[in-house]
Amino acid sequence: MSAMSDSHDGNMAGGEPTRRDFIHIFSVAMATVGSVGVLVPLVSQMNPDATVLALSTKEVDLSAIPVGQAVKVVWQGKPVFIRHRTKEEIAEAEAVPLSALKDPLARNANLPAKADAEDKNRRIKPEWLLVVGICTHLGCVPLGTAQGENRGDYDGWFCPCHGSQYDVSGRIRKGPAPENLFIPTYKFLTDTSIRIG
Amino acid sequence: MQDDAMHHQSTYKPSTGFEKWMDRRLPIIRLAYDSFVDFPTPKNLNYWWTFGGILAVCLMIQIITGIVLAMHYTPQKDLAFDSLEYIMRDVHYGWLLRYVHANCASMFFFAVYIHMFRGLYYGSYKEPREMLWILGVVIYLLMMATAFMGYVLPWGQMSYWAAQVITNLFSAIPVVGESIRTWLIGGFSIDNPTLNRFFSLHYLLPFAIAGVVVLHIWALHIPGNNNPTGVEVKTKKDTVPFHPYYTVKDGFAIVVFLTLMAAFVFFAPNAMGHPDNYIPANPLSTPPEIVPEWYFLPFYAMLRAINFNFLFISSKLGGVIVLFSAIAVLFVLPWLDTSKVRSMRYRPAAQLWFVLFVADCILLGYLGQKPAEGVYVAMAQAATAYYFAFFLIILPLLGILEKPRPLPKSISESVLKPSTSETPIGAQGQAAE
Repeated sequence: MSAMSDSHDGNMAGGEPTRRDFIHIFSVAMATVGSVGVLVPLVSQMNPDATVLALSTKEVDLSAIPVGQAVKVVWQGKPVFIRHRTKEEIAEAEAVPLSALKDPLARNANLPAKADAEDKNRRIKPEWLLVVGICTHLGCVPLGTAQGENRGDYDGWFCPCHGSQYDVSGRIRKGPAPENLFIPTYKFLTDTSIRIG
Repeated sequence: MQDDAMHHQSTYKPSTGFEKWMDRRLPIIRLAYDSFVDFPTPKNLNYWWTFGGILAVCLMIQIITGIVLAMHYTPQKDLAFDSLEYIMRDVHYGWLLRYVHANCASMFFFAVYIHMFRGLYYGSYKEPREMLWILGVVIYLLMMATAFMGYVLPWGQMSYWAAQVITNLFSAIPVVGESIRTWLIGGFSIDNPTLNRFFSLHYLLPFAIAGVVVLHIWALHIPGNNNPTGVEVKTKKDTVPFHPYYTVKDGFAIVVFLTLMAAFVFFAPNAMGHPDNYIPANPLSTPPEIVPEWYFLPFYAMLRAINFNFLFISSKLGGVIVLFSAIAVLFVLPWLDTSKVRSMRYRPAAQLWFVLFVADCILLGYLGQKPAEGVYVAMAQAATAYYFAFFLIILPLLGILEKPRPLPKSISESVLKPSTSETPIGAQGQAAE
């Protein structure tokens, strides 16, 4: 800015700042503050709006899900898989050593972030597995919830987009996905009903 | 001043009273005359040089059909899919407008890829045309963004899941990725706010492209056209005026190109599309296979090729880095190619690597539509490696190691006495003259 004022008041030799210098600097500073003020609403309007934020929790009745089957429910616009696991499946999930897992963390919002990915850290009750049904690679919905769908090599879920395979505990075992299927916060309201979120 | 920089004095003589009046106030007729009528153009440009004009026509077709389609389309998640069927069945000539818009998008990319390969082969990115090339890459990036958002608007299954996969690329960014994605799509999943903003931006970006095209042509007219010999214009004898020589040549190529497009529009309008996009979007069910439009397949193959963690970089982030690097490397291409010889017509070794590179890009496109498993992954990894090796290893080294053929003294000399060691690719251009 002073470059502009130089030509007017001969301040080139580094003399005392003039009132004109002050006006220039002050004007630019105010214009900058004003621009930021204009930018805030323009950027902020793109964030999730109040109607999206309002749909944050969901209650589900589990009694209608037979052993060995699974359902898909919608929570915050995202699919959530609820699987009623058989005794064999629980045993299978518990038998997997941590060293066989690509992602060693539980990814369970109900537990501290550092919890490891053992099956006991992936559930609240052994027979109920609840995961967000969004592949941690690029967000597709893995197959394997409805009966007859491809469950992959590990009896869990198979993502048709890029071939990621999850086991019966929703942990990534093969393919490009980096993390285990995410477990949202939920709690049992009664023995057969839960609230997600 | 400007005429100096453009290496030619303005030859425009306003004849009518109106032209004289305008010339003293807004010399826009002079600008058009100097740019597209009496612009001195190398006299040896072959048909590969017609794709610039073809691309300009594509952009105009897309903007015009797009504006009228927007008069009938509804960017609302419960209505968007039906509004397309309404356009197809009830709007007068709606089927034609939509099929032209959809197929011209494909033809647009077909033309831009030929245009880019031509620039690569003849060294059109080299000094003093670096800015011309960089602006071209910017246009290409804007085209990709525009095409992607346009593909989401029909709100079919492929639209929805393309939006899901592509916006998730941003979630790979460490720490802030998830917040950026939420901000971009306006929710926790792809939904109505996403569709709305994509429509708004899909309408905006073509005009941004048109703006960068103006800069692209400006940057072209400062040094003037490159040409198949890569030897700069030395005298006026090396040039012909743009009109009528290249307006006619470009015009003929445009007619042939539009004929090909019409063949698609009228006889195979859905050949480039995916049938699943005629199923309305369903957020709870991913189609059995998701493939992008054909023009994104090579990048898609590179994204999926990275299925391993590298140091602290996860496979997901690695794939995204490779995807964006594949385009970013084009920006620095002018400084990677160390050869002093501009045109590959005189670079026998570079020709071989170039043909391999084109084959590599086609192979990547083929792999992008195959399932990401077994031998396909290994092939995609090898093809990705060659893609980057071509730019980062082969081009820098070739300039030092290769012994180029002798260059003609001028464009005129090469036209009058064609070298006997002419290559098939160069010869094709020669024959066209």
